[in-house]
Amino acid sequence: MPDSAVWWPFVVMVAGALATYVWRALGVALSGRIDPRGAAFEWIACVAYALLAGLIARMILLPTGPVAETALGLRIAAAAGAFVVFFATRRNMLAGVGAGVGLLMLLSWRW
Amino acid sequence: MGDGGSSRDYGGRRQAAWAGARRAVGVPALVLGASFIGFGALVQQVGLSLWHALFSTATGWALPGQVALVELYSVGASLAVIAAAVALTNARLLPMAVTLMPVIRAPGIPRWQYYLVANWVAVTAWVAAMRDCPAMPAEQLLPYFAGMSCTLWAVTLVTTAIGFALAGRVPAIVTLGLVFINPIYFMLVVAADVRTRTRVLAALFGAACGPALYLLTPGWSLLLTGLIAGSLAFVTGRARIWQD
Repeated sequence: MPDSAVWWPFVVMVAGALATYVWRALGVALSGRIDPRGAAFEWIACVAYALLAGLIARMILLPTGPVAETALGLRIAAAAGAFVVFFATRRNMLAGVGAGVGLLMLLSWRW
Repeated sequence: MGDGGSSRDYGGRRQAAWAGARRAVGVPALVLGASFIGFGALVQQVGLSLWHALFSTATGWALPGQVALVELYSVGASLAVIAAAVALTNARLLPMAVTLMPVIRAPGIPRWQYYLVANWVAVTAWVAAMRDCPAMPAEQLLPYFAGMSCTLWAVTLVTTAIGFALAGRVPAIVTLGLVFINPIYFMLVVAADVRTRTRVLAALFGAACGPALYLLTPGWSLLLTGLIAGSLAFVTGRARIWQD
């Protein structure tokens, strides 16, 4: 690895950590002074959910790395299976994640 | 009981910290641990080092932001775009910290201690603390939360390393499974979490925009998805409220 490939990710991660901590610190500072159910927070929540859903959809539909070598249909089937098991087991996270991951491994091993 | 309803009295600050640590071990640590195994595997797969993986978990402890950061780094997004996308992903920590503080605040404890534990405000410990803390004596609140979140933090550091070590060493199909943990985990977290119509719309618009914008501009896609799809859902939800 060249030097910059070692230290540059650390710089990126420090920036990421600051961008994360600033919300936590602001939360402490503003606690009791603002209403967390106000319109501004609702907008922030919408942006955060949309961004996260966009990331998830991209990671499943247009993945990079090893997942990219599996067929799109298998990934969608695995995600659907995770959904079904999660809600059928009364929102058991371990069962849902296990089903999704297990299905993808099983399907891509068989096909 | 009867005096404020301290039905969860652990007898002292030290005991409360241990009780918090014990509370963390179990299903919360298992689920969180598995997702950080996925994170470690992801970091290994994009060609970063173990120290990058551990540094990210140690400092920026909030998995969605960490995953977004690594994904954006791997497609060559700029520092400013990555920082902005991580900030928007983690903006949900602000209302979480706002609602947690009154629950763990006690008289006589210096303010800096709250700024310190604020770094461990994350969904798993938040849910548990919001449920347990109202029934505890004031002086035990902060130790309980600190004991619980430090334990979860330690677990995630260890499992980040485990995921990194496993990826690439185990058969390819297992690495595949490890890297697939987080998209599935986040998908279920969001599905279980969106209760209002507006937030369901935000998740659906985001899921539609994310891949489409990624094809146009990989580096900017997350930021644009959040702002466009999120604002669209917010406005649609508001319009509905005004109509009613």
